[in-house]
Amino acid sequence: MTDGRPDGGTSDDGELSLDDPRLEEYWRRNVRLILGLFAVWFGVSLLAGILLAGPLTEIQLGNIPVAFWFAQQGSIIVFVVLIFVYAWRMNALDREFGVED
Amino acid sequence: MIGAVPTVAQLGWGVDRWSLVLIVGTLIVYFGIAILMHVTDTDDFYVAGRTIPASVNGMSVAADWMSAASFISMSGLVATLGFDGTIYLMGWTGGYVVLALLIAPYLRKYGKYTIPDFIGDRYYSNTARGVAAVATLFVSLTYIAGQMRGVGIVMSRFLGLPITQGILVALAIVAAIGVLGGMKAITWTQAVQYVVLIIAFLIVTVAISLNLTGNPFPQGALITSQISERLAQLQTDVQMGRYFMPFTEYSQLNVFAIALTLMIGTAGLPHVIMRFYTVPSASEARLSAGYALFFIALLYLSVPVLAIFAKFNLISTLHGESVATAQQIPWVSRWMETGLLTITDSNGDGIIQMSQGLTASASEVFVDPDIIVLSTPEVAGLAPIVIGLVAAGGMAAALSTADGLLIAMSSAVSHDIYYKIFRPEATQRERLIVARVVILIAAVVAAYLGINPPGFVGEVVAIAFGLAAASLFPPILLGIFDQRMNKEGAIAGLVVGLSFTLVLVALMRANVVLGLEEPFLELFLGVNALGVGLYGAILNFAVALTVSRFTPAPPTAIQEMVQEVRLPRGSRTVATDEPVQADGGEPPVE
Repeated sequence: MTDGRPDGGTSDDGELSLDDPRLEEYWRRNVRLILGLFAVWFGVSLLAGILLAGPLTEIQLGNIPVAFWFAQQGSIIVFVVLIFVYAWRMNALDREFGVED
Repeated sequence: MIGAVPTVAQLGWGVDRWSLVLIVGTLIVYFGIAILMHVTDTDDFYVAGRTIPASVNGMSVAADWMSAASFISMSGLVATLGFDGTIYLMGWTGGYVVLALLIAPYLRKYGKYTIPDFIGDRYYSNTARGVAAVATLFVSLTYIAGQMRGVGIVMSRFLGLPITQGILVALAIVAAIGVLGGMKAITWTQAVQYVVLIIAFLIVTVAISLNLTGNPFPQGALITSQISERLAQLQTDVQMGRYFMPFTEYSQLNVFAIALTLMIGTAGLPHVIMRFYTVPSASEARLSAGYALFFIALLYLSVPVLAIFAKFNLISTLHGESVATAQQIPWVSRWMETGLLTITDSNGDGIIQMSQGLTASASEVFVDPDIIVLSTPEVAGLAPIVIGLVAAGGMAAALSTADGLLIAMSSAVSHDIYYKIFRPEATQRERLIVARVVILIAAVVAAYLGINPPGFVGEVVAIAFGLAAASLFPPILLGIFDQRMNKEGAIAGLVVGLSFTLVLVALMRANVVLGLEEPFLELFLGVNALGVGLYGAILNFAVALTVSRFTPAPPTAIQEMVQEVRLPRGSRTVATDEPVQADGGEPPVE
């Protein structure tokens, strides 16, 4: 895959040395992605399933409180999706900076 | 024991026959894989040659992860706890997000063999390596003792073997797989074991759903049927509390702390994270974590539904039934023989009254939560082959986890302690012999613990997560994300976090650990022994960050290693066994 790579990232292997500022940028974007995904992670599990369990128990969905759905079904489904999204976004980021394996 | 004689004499294939055939049949398959996978070098033995595809590793991680506790006990626990059972559901799945985003790809890029390897190299210290190896041994040993109970239950109920013989047979097979084929054989048998256990679990969930509601899709059946309302009503009738209401068993703070502790503890469990060394590259490690959680979620999403159906079924079958009739029900009498289900007509009216809970002393029925899954097919009247399959699934869950734990212990002793600390001049051949001998020794210790379980094993298994969260997780995470973290900070944090958690757990569990009448302490800042690992982890981070800022920065070579670990490039090139060291370790053999 050579598409979408900014200039400077595409020559012989090892051309990005460890003190290249572009690596800092790569790491910063990785951390930002991680933080965003963890916000969702927190929101669907500890927040909706535990911290807001009181109010969300008042609302029913299919005869069962919404908080219960978050706590025992929804959070788990979102967890799976989050990891695949991370894998997909990071592969794109790796290619963009020419650091893919 | 358990009525084997009459059933064997029957013409049709009953539960016993199917159980025997399916359990023995699957054991032969596992053993066959081990023979095919005979390995001869340390790369194959410790990390399966780093050739495992992401999806297969996902299955192995799932089987490694889902122990007898997940397969056998968790539905019963969730059925007992109701809403608060989310601590296990959320806690034991949310940890994979932590693992996938913060740890797995970087450890794979680092690319050595064990978790103590990473901690020892990153913190340029054999002290750190040794502490991490000891933590690995402690966590793994307590864990494996818990697996043996599951094996014992399956063997005694379904094969009629005495528990001791059952445990010895099972451990002999597990150890043989590990000794012959190391990580490579363990990986492939775990993948097969995953298939066996997930088919067994899903068949039971679908069958009971179909049986109770006519709808084979469990979550759909939960919405369209009236089961949830009827269970809520039944629970009110028998004074069990409201099933769908949060925080009836634990306080909100406690549920929060336990769930978070289990999440970060998951990301610090050596036998799970070391599996990510076996995939070919860093990007495959990310993907593999996704597959792993997907495969785990298939079971974890079924558990809460099965818990609701099974509990409803159990209460509605037994509550209000006459004692004499109930004792005639075949599955009731069979489980009564194992002592895991008892009926006592306390008020002498000949009718069963359930009250307060499945395990409450006030109730006339006592049901051990461990038999919820194993008894459900019989309670729901499913065919004998399904019951046999569930028995084989329970075995697969227990054996696959035991195997993963044996290799984790073996590598901590043979690679980290023996080779890296005491005998850096050991040849590859010598290290392989040690690794195999250690598997045998660990299996013997596990057999002893399984046959003579210490009273607090059940506690310790859950608490192991707190210890992993408070000890191994912070130094691994900081080792990747905080380039400035040094030896002094990491070791101080690890020691403080681990000892704080150990002391508090001992105080809170003094009644079981030290044999006192009462624990010294019920709660610490509102959190019980299961969740206190969260405080330990916070303390570990705080101490590590503070100490590291007042002590010298790590050497330049280490800082460069951190930067390199953050980049996936080059991870497909297999790292060699020998570290770049000036202390004269011998060059790689072969």
